[in-house]
Amino acid sequence: MNLALVVLLPFLGAALAAGSARLNRLASAWSAGAVTLAAALTLLPEAFRVFGGEQRVEAWDWIPALGLFFAFRLDGLALLFALLILGIGLLIVIYARYYLSARDSMGRFYAYMLLFMGSMLGVVLSENLLQMMVFWELTSLSSFLLISYWQHRKDAREGARMALTITGGGGLALLAGVLMLGHVVGSYNLSEVLAAGDMIRAHPLYLPILVLVLLGVFTKSAQFPFHFWLPHAMAAPTPVSAYLHSATMVKAGVFLLARLFPALSGTLEWNLIVSGAGLATLLLGAYTALFKHDLKGLLAYSTISHLGLITLLFGFGTPLAAVAGVFHIINHATFKASLFMVAGIIDHETGTRDMRRLNGLLRYMPHTAVLAMIAAAALAGVPLLNGFLSKEMFFTEAVEVGRHLPLAWLIPLLVTLAGMLSVAYSLRFIHDVFFNGEPIDLPKKPHEPPRFMKVPVDILVVLCLAVGLFPSLTVGPLLAVAARGTLQEDAPLYHLGLWHGFNLPLFMSMATLALGVLVYALRQPLFAWHERTLGRVDARIPYHAVMDALGKLALHITRGMDHGSLQASIAWLVLAALSVTVVGLTLYHAPLVGMAKMRPVDAISLTAALALVLATLATVRWHRQRLTALITMGVIGLIVSLTFVKFSAPDLALTQLSVEVVTIVLLLLALFFLPQQTPADSCRLRIGRDVLLALGAGLVVALLTLAVLTRPFDTIAGFFLEQALPGGGGTNVVNVILVDFRGFDTLGEITVLALAALGIVALLHGLRLPMPTADAEGRRWSADGPSLIMTTLTRLLLPLTLLVAMFILLRGHNLPGGGFIAGLITAVALIVQYLANGIDWTEQRLRLDMQRVIAAGLALAIGTGLMAMGLGFPFLTSTFTHLHWPVVGEFELASAMAFDFGVFLVVVGATMLILVQLGRLSRAGKASLPENP
Amino acid sequence: MELVIALTIGVLTAGGVFLSLRGHTFPVVLGLTLLSYAVNLFLFVMGRLAIGLPPIINPAAPGYTDPLPQALVLTAIVIAFGMTAFVIVLALRAKSELGNDHVDGLHIRASDQERQKGGRT
Repeated sequence: MNLALVVLLPFLGAALAAGSARLNRLASAWSAGAVTLAAALTLLPEAFRVFGGEQRVEAWDWIPALGLFFAFRLDGLALLFALLILGIGLLIVIYARYYLSARDSMGRFYAYMLLFMGSMLGVVLSENLLQMMVFWELTSLSSFLLISYWQHRKDAREGARMALTITGGGGLALLAGVLMLGHVVGSYNLSEVLAAGDMIRAHPLYLPILVLVLLGVFTKSAQFPFHFWLPHAMAAPTPVSAYLHSATMVKAGVFLLARLFPALSGTLEWNLIVSGAGLATLLLGAYTALFKHDLKGLLAYSTISHLGLITLLFGFGTPLAAVAGVFHIINHATFKASLFMVAGIIDHETGTRDMRRLNGLLRYMPHTAVLAMIAAAALAGVPLLNGFLSKEMFFTEAVEVGRHLPLAWLIPLLVTLAGMLSVAYSLRFIHDVFFNGEPIDLPKKPHEPPRFMKVPVDILVVLCLAVGLFPSLTVGPLLAVAARGTLQEDAPLYHLGLWHGFNLPLFMSMATLALGVLVYALRQPLFAWHERTLGRVDARIPYHAVMDALGKLALHITRGMDHGSLQASIAWLVLAALSVTVVGLTLYHAPLVGMAKMRPVDAISLTAALALVLATLATVRWHRQRLTALITMGVIGLIVSLTFVKFSAPDLALTQLSVEVVTIVLLLLALFFLPQQTPADSCRLRIGRDVLLALGAGLVVALLTLAVLTRPFDTIAGFFLEQALPGGGGTNVVNVILVDFRGFDTLGEITVLALAALGIVALLHGLRLPMPTADAEGRRWSADGPSLIMTTLTRLLLPLTLLVAMFILLRGHNLPGGGFIAGLITAVALIVQYLANGIDWTEQRLRLDMQRVIAAGLALAIGTGLMAMGLGFPFLTSTFTHLHWPVVGEFELASAMAFDFGVFLVVVGATMLILVQLGRLSRAGKASLPENP
Repeated sequence: MELVIALTIGVLTAGGVFLSLRGHTFPVVLGLTLLSYAVNLFLFVMGRLAIGLPPIINPAAPGYTDPLPQALVLTAIVIAFGMTAFVIVLALRAKSELGNDHVDGLHIRASDQERQKGGRT
C-alpha cells in the first residue's frame, strides 16, 4: 500500500494546492511542501527494506485479462529516482515560493508541479509496463502545463507545444514497443520482463522493439536528432526548468534505458544505436552550449550534452559503464539543479539572463557567486567535486571500450573533446557572469536574493562537495543498491575514490581542463566564426516545415471530405460502412446463405410484410407531404408491433405500441412549427446517388440478416431461463433481465432518457417560434376549443387507464408489462388529458414537477442498488419474498420491483417533460401574437 | 419466413438511409425513425424467429424464445424515442436560430437559393 500511496499522494496534493491557494497565496506552497514531505516519509520505511536487500512489489488486479495490473515496484534504481524526484522536488518547492512574483498564480504552479511529481513517481515506481506508459504520458501532459505556465507568452506556448509533440510522439512509439515487448515475454510485469532478457534478444521482433523503445527514450531525454525541443522548453519559469531538466522529465528517458538495461542491452544493435545517439548528443550539446549567450540556453545545451554522456555510457553496454551512468545521473541532478537555480536567482535579481550584459556580479552577490562557482566546477569535472568522479569513470569506460574497437583512439579522443568544451562553457558561466568587468545596462540593480531562495542551492552545493570528497561515505550505499537494481544482479567491483593513480583517464581529465581554459581564452574569434557558419542552423525551421506540411495535409484531407454539409458527411459514412461490409463479405469464403431450413410463410404474415413495404415506399415517396408521411409512419410502427406479437415478444409489442402513440404526438407537435411541406431541393444527380446508396445499404442489411437467420446459433439464454424464477423471482424473463440480471444496464439507459429530457428542456429554454396561422394551403387553423365528446370521454377514461398502467406495472415481473410499458401508458393517459382539455386546464389539476419525478425515479433506482451494497451484496443485487395478503392471496414482493418503479417514474417523467414542454411552446407563441382574439 | 423478414428489414434500411440523406430536418427525423425500426427488428431477430414461445416461465410451455435480444430491444425502443425527441427539438431550435429548417443551417449559400427559386418558377 505504501508505494501506491507515495505515487498517489502528489495527485491528491495537487487538488489541495490548487484549493488552498484560494485561501492564501502561500498556503499552496506550504501544502505542496507538506505533501512532498509526506510522500518522502511514506517512502522511507520501504527504502530501508531495499537497503536491506529486498525488492518490493505491490500488485492489485486491474484488467488482468489484458496483462494490466495496478502494480508498483521498489528496487535500488526506482528508489534512487524516487529520492531524486522527492528530494529535489522539495527544494524546488521552497525555491519557487520566492521565485514566483505576485502576479503569478501560485496555486496553479504548485498544482501542476505536484501533478508532474506524481507522474514521475509513477513512471519510476511502476512494476507493470502498461501502467508505466500511463504515467509516462502523464509526464508529457503535465510538463506541457508547466512549460506553458506563463500562458500569455508566445514562446512559452510554442515551447510547450513542441515539447508535447516530440515527447508525445515518442510516447506513441514507446507504447508500440512496450506492447510488442509484452507480447514476446507474455507479461507486462517488469519482474518477468527483466528476467527474460535472453529470450527477448533472440526473438525476431527484438530489433523493432529496440527501435521503438529507443524512440521513446531519445525523444524524452532530448537525444540527437530529437534534442531541439529542450532549449525551447526554457521558456518555462526557472524552477520548472531546474526540476524538469535536472532530476525528472528528461531523466525519465535515461531511467528507462537503465530500467530495461538487463532486458535489451548486450547486442551490437544496442551498442551502435544507443552509443551513436549518445556520442552525437554529447558533442553537439557541448559545442552549442559554448555559444549560447543566454544563461539558461547554455545550461539547456549543457543538459543535452550530459544526457548524451549518460546515454553513451549505457550504450557501451558493460555493467561497469552502466554503474558509471547511474552515478552520473545522481551527480548531474545535483549540480544541474543548483546551476539552474542560480540562473534563476541572477535573472530574478538583475532582470536579464544575457551573458553579454551580465558581468562582474561577484561584488553584488558574493554568496550566490560562490555557490555558482562550486556547482559549475562540478559541471566541468574539477577534482574534489562529484562531477570529477563520474567523469573519471566515464573516461575509464571510454578507454576500456575503445580498446576493443578498430580505431582505439577515436572514442577517447571524442570524449576528451566533449570534456574540453564542457570545461570551456562552465568557465564562461563563471567568468562572464561574475568577473569580466562591470555589468552593462541592467534593468535592476543587482543584489543578493532572499535567504531561503539560496538555501536549496546551499544544500545541493554541499552535497556536490560531500560526494566529491567522501564518495563512499555519502553516495556509496545508494549507488550500490541502485547499481544492483539496474543490473538486476550484483554489480562488478568498482572503486569510488578520488585517486586512481597516474593513468590515461587522469591524463584525459587534466587535458580537458587545460584545453578548456584555452578554448575559453580564444572565445571571441570562435564566436565570430560560429555566427558566420553553424550558428545559422536552426532545428526549428525543419520542425516547423514538417509540422506545417502535416497540418496542410490534414486540412486538405478534411476539406476534401467535409464541406460543412451534413448530407455529404452522412453519404460518406454510409459509403464507408457499405465498402467495409462488402469487402468483408467478399473475403468470406463460405456461402452467404446458411443451411438451416427456412420456415414456411403464411398468408397473413406475407400481407403484413407487403403492407410494411408499401408503407415504407409511400413514406419515402411522399416524404415532402409531411402530414401524409406521418400517417404512413404510423402504419409502419403498427406492423412492427404486430411482428413482435407474432414472434413471441409480448413485452416488445406493448412497448412499441405505446411508444408509437407518444412518437406520433411528438412529431405532430413539432410539425406545427415546421413547414408542412418540404421544398424540392435535390437535383436529379443527388437523388440518383442517394437512391443507389440506400439500395446498397438495404441490400447489404437484408443479405446480412438472411445470412444470420439461416445459420444455427448458440445462445446464452439458457442461463436466464433457468435462473429467472429461482434467482430473480419472476416468470417474465425479459423483465427479470431488465430489472435484475442486467439492472446496471437499465440504470444506464434510464439515465440516458433522463438526460435527453433535461437536454430538451435546456434546448427549449427561451425558444420563441412564430406561430403559424394557416396551413400550407392557406386554410386558417381552427380556433375552436376541444371537442366536448373527447373531453368528457378522456376524463372518464383517465382513472381506468391509470389503473391499467398500475396493473401492468405490478404484474411486470411475472407477465408481460413492467416499468417501461406502464410508464409509457401512464404518459399516454396524461397526454390525452392535455390534448383534450388544453394545457392550462390540465396543469391546474396536475401539479407535478416532472423534473422532480425523474429525479425521484433515478434516486429510487440507485437507492435500491445502494441498499444491496449496504447489506454487503454487490450493487443492485435483488431479493424477493412471498407475502400472503388476506383476500388478495399470495403476493410476491421483490426488491427489483422498487427498481422497476424507479424506471416507471423516469419514463413517465421524461416522456411528459418532453411533450408538455414542446406543447407549451404553442402557448408562448400564442401570447406573442397580438391579433389573436 | 426468414427471407420475408430479411427483405422487410432491408426495405426499412433503404428507406431510412434515403430519408437521412435529405436536406431538411423533418425527413431526416423520419429517416432516423425508419432506421431505428430496422435496427430494432434486426437485433430482435438475432434471437431467431419463434412462434408461440414467449419467454414467460410456465411449466406447460413447450419451449421459450431467446429473451436476451428482447430485453436489449425493449430499452432500445424507449431510448430511440428519447433520441427522436431530442433531434426534433434540436431541429426546432435550429429553425428558430437560423431561420430555416435545412440540416446545414446557414450553410446554404444565397446563390443556391436564388437558383432554386429560378428553377421552380
